[in-house]
Amino acid sequence: MQDIAVSYDKYKFLGNEFLTWLWFVLDNKQNIIYDADNDLQSFEIGNRIVLENKVEKRTEIITIKGDDAGLEEGLLSLQKGAVVVEINLSCKTENQKWQFTLKGESLSLSSLKVPAKNIVETKEDIEGAVLDKIYLCEKMIVLVDKLFQRFIKLRISNQWIKNIVPEIKKWVYA
Amino acid sequence: MGLLSSSVSITRYKVHGKIDAPLIQNITEALKKYSINEIDNDPSDKIVGWTSFENPFQPDFEVSSLVIGTHFVFSLRTDKKTIPAKVIQKHCAIETAKRLKECGRDFLSKNEKKMIKDHVMNVLYLRIPATPNIYDIVWNYEDKKLWFFSNLKRANEELETLFVKSFNIVLIRLFPFSIADLESGLSDTERDILSQLSHTTFSK
Repeated sequence: MQDIAVSYDKYKFLGNEFLTWLWFVLDNKQNIIYDADNDLQSFEIGNRIVLENKVEKRTEIITIKGDDAGLEEGLLSLQKGAVVVEINLSCKTENQKWQFTLKGESLSLSSLKVPAKNIVETKEDIEGAVLDKIYLCEKMIVLVDKLFQRFIKLRISNQWIKNIVPEIKKWVYA
Repeated sequence: MGLLSSSVSITRYKVHGKIDAPLIQNITEALKKYSINEIDNDPSDKIVGWTSFENPFQPDFEVSSLVIGTHFVFSLRTDKKTIPAKVIQKHCAIETAKRLKECGRDFLSKNEKKMIKDHVMNVLYLRIPATPNIYDIVWNYEDKKLWFFSNLKRANEELETLFVKSFNIVLIRLFPFSIADLESGLSDTERDILSQLSHTTFSK
């Protein structure tokens, strides 16, 4: 294992490529998502996506915000060489909904909202509420890990350059 | 944003190392040893320590339930006093004028000015209360996984430092490379390929 700080910076691109691939998968290969969690009924981009384009020493940040916002500007940014650095995701099972933001460089979850549970009123309620919350958070963490593992297996394989990147390029310029 | 808040942020860690048996007793002892102390009425400007999840302002690891299900649940608390720069400036000016009058001079040396500032800061730190920040922790000891309920860089650094000091075991932050390297079940050959990757261009 390399030094943590060094590998964090050196391989920051991996998380950004994962989020870019994830957007491609959401648009084109939803079966990959449902393979990772067959309870899911929908998994889509939420209310925010941030792209970053490094051109020589300049960095352009493109943020698209809002429910049901059009993502055409995002695709245009990908054509110019940008990658996704942050994405808000929304997923639903039959009667539950999660929403959270993933940052490419850290893959940490932020603004994670899990399905609402009973309000904690007494000390006795706390233990159950904690266990529920852990379970509901873990469901999303496991999903993200499974998708990331799927991505990383592709990323280190010959398929990445041979098949996946051409497919993503085709989607970007469609 | 605590564990039971409606919206949470989570930084994930892999816990590298083991704690001697008896596990619960040793973890409780370490938490008690490095639990937070109050710094109100004290000249300290900052303190970091463990606190209990249920009673973060009156940490008591004997009374509060540390173990919930298969998890250890506790919190990191950082108390910090912040004095506005203009308040410091005002009190330094008052103290400087008083000192000049006492010694009958027109100016103070650099060292005297520093002593005045240190004195002013000490007096002000004694007078103002510290602002507490609480970050919850869920530690699944068996799975060697720990969730820290904050993405703030400073708070994560405080956690990593205090954790190794308290338990003598290291937290490895999980981010894309470390998840790929440690958590994705890659073979040695695949890990070699991983370490040699460079970025992809998706544009023509």
